[in-house]
Amino acid sequence: MAQLSLKNIKKSFGDTSVLHGISLDVMDGEFISLVGQSGCGKSTLLRIIAGLEQPDSGDVLIDGKSMLDAAPKDRNIAMVFQDYALYPHMSVGENMAMPLVMAKLPLYARLPVMRRITPAGRNAQPEIRAGVEKVAKQLRIDHLLDRKPAQLSGGQRQRVALGRALVRDPQTFLMDEPLSNLDAKLRVQVRTEITELHASSGLTFIYVTHDQVEAMTMSSRVALLQTGRLLQVGTPNDLFADPETLDVAQFIGSPEINITVGESQNGQVIIGETAIPIALDTTGPIQIGIRPETICIPNVSGLVAAHTATQGHMLKFEKRLVEDLGPEILIHGAFAHAPENIVRIRAQKSDTYGGAGTFAQSNALDVMLNPNQLLFFGPDGKRLRPDFSTAKRAETV
Amino acid sequence: MAVSKLQRAQTRLAYLLVLPATLLILAIYIVPIIFVFLGSLTDYTLVSDHYAFVGFENYQKMFEDEAFSNALNNTFFYALLFLPGAFIISLVIAIAIQEQKQFRSVLEVLYFLPVTSTLAAMALVWSALMDSGQGVINNTLQTIGLARVNWFGNEDIVLVSLAIISLWSVIGFNMVLFLAGLTAIPKNLYEAAAIDGADHPLDKFFRVTWPMLGPTAMFVAVTSSITAFKLFDTVAILTQGGPDRASEVFLYLAFLEGFEYFNMGYSAALSLFFLGIIFLFALVQALFSDRNVQY
Repeated sequence: MAQLSLKNIKKSFGDTSVLHGISLDVMDGEFISLVGQSGCGKSTLLRIIAGLEQPDSGDVLIDGKSMLDAAPKDRNIAMVFQDYALYPHMSVGENMAMPLVMAKLPLYARLPVMRRITPAGRNAQPEIRAGVEKVAKQLRIDHLLDRKPAQLSGGQRQRVALGRALVRDPQTFLMDEPLSNLDAKLRVQVRTEITELHASSGLTFIYVTHDQVEAMTMSSRVALLQTGRLLQVGTPNDLFADPETLDVAQFIGSPEINITVGESQNGQVIIGETAIPIALDTTGPIQIGIRPETICIPNVSGLVAAHTATQGHMLKFEKRLVEDLGPEILIHGAFAHAPENIVRIRAQKSDTYGGAGTFAQSNALDVMLNPNQLLFFGPDGKRLRPDFSTAKRAETV
Repeated sequence: MAVSKLQRAQTRLAYLLVLPATLLILAIYIVPIIFVFLGSLTDYTLVSDHYAFVGFENYQKMFEDEAFSNALNNTFFYALLFLPGAFIISLVIAIAIQEQKQFRSVLEVLYFLPVTSTLAAMALVWSALMDSGQGVINNTLQTIGLARVNWFGNEDIVLVSLAIISLWSVIGFNMVLFLAGLTAIPKNLYEAAAIDGADHPLDKFFRVTWPMLGPTAMFVAVTSSITAFKLFDTVAILTQGGPDRASEVFLYLAFLEGFEYFNMGYSAALSLFFLGIIFLFALVQALFSDRNVQY
């Protein structure tokens, strides 16, 4: 029961404008990632939602109510910090009990010693302990409750931070790059755990990361920010397959999407010497985005065809470097029409892949593009959409 | 065998490297302490070349001496006045300055100024301020309708006056120590606390600030205690132990015995007792700070 709305949030620090009017609606139970390069304002936005920072203008609504005057504790949110922010002088159990102590005890009973000697403090003790133990069991840290944070590994600290957030039973869960301090292996593991936690708890998760892989794998929706502006909000697949702008296309996908220059004229898109019959609403130079895994190399054996387009369009490619990634290879090179522009091709190996000798014969390759998988952008970076659907329907009818 | 030769050479080098520091420590601390100890076993006086070993008679005398217990009482009473102030006032000022966004460095400098001044010279300024007849403080008290206070002439008040002067001189120093401790507390702990619901100033203080300040607080407490027991210069300049020995503190008594009454042997015994007290404080601090290494 937590629907969160951001209305035209603006924020600047001194002369530096960090957020230029962000509006975003987060549905109840959704897992939304705020993703973008460092300095794009994603953490600031999260801190504004948490109430740790006040926006210069705009509004934060939770279930339709403005939260600008509400203290962080009154927003029904929990937050996991990048470096966990555990209290180093408290044991794991005390760390996790903190939100409960604050919520259940009156001020006088929270003062030192008073918790043990006042009736209010003593009466709340069993309930607090039960709450902590329940969450600790759920996160499998119940054997660590007496340790200090300094005695824990990174992954364990991460779980304690999650536990401290969970124990207060929040409606919204805010996470600020929670995996960035873990090593690569643990990161994948905790990633799954957080996804499972989201599924089992049904809470709203707002997750800040600079890592597009985290954002893509975990979220139900991704909000991509750049220099304080929201570029696009959508499902991971929307952002990958149907980006609104060149910036979105370049941010999502690894390795990065290849951009090459071309021309649109007379119902054709011309790339180098190849003309592809696609009608765009513009005439003149355009930019063409080609995902590395959509380029097919038909004349080399040992590779799985990237697509089975019947009318592929051939393009001359010059190979410069081949990297073996295990199940697939990454070929660096350039199209013949734009030799200074590095292009990467990701090709899957088949069982007949011949190792380094596969490409021994020549550096010049013929590659095939699938017109349906090309993304077109105007000189301003805006997406240009050809009218595929009507064209296809016309064909089939 | 080559290894052990190398090892021996390294050991020799290591001893050679610590030699200068060892010699300095010996010359400045250890040897004088031994001489003071040996002197404390004699009846040596500054006015006579003849002296004899008297064993532990000086120490025995110490515990029978009424002046000794008086000085000890005065010192402890003074410490009782001085320590809470030196600790709490500096902490409160440090927290207040920490929360300031503007003028922070100006305030820091202002509070630190007394530390940079010479206390002996400033003692004269204070004696003028606290003068029972013409002093600004008494005149002010009278103007607002309060009674005049005989700051240095009243047996019951003289230690309070001395404590006020010492506080003035030491608060800036302790404040800087506390500020350093406060600055080292990660900001996001306060943010985590705010989200956990600990946003009341008392909660913030007792849940985050105070525990995180532990090592700093210990250091301030120990150095302030040592400062309290070292009280000497203001006494020597302003009261000379008076009135009626009400401000005769421990170090001043050792000075009196040695350089006014020329009982060097007895004075040496007093000094060693004083050293023992300081050593205890230092020990407490060393033990405590070791246990806090983990954060």
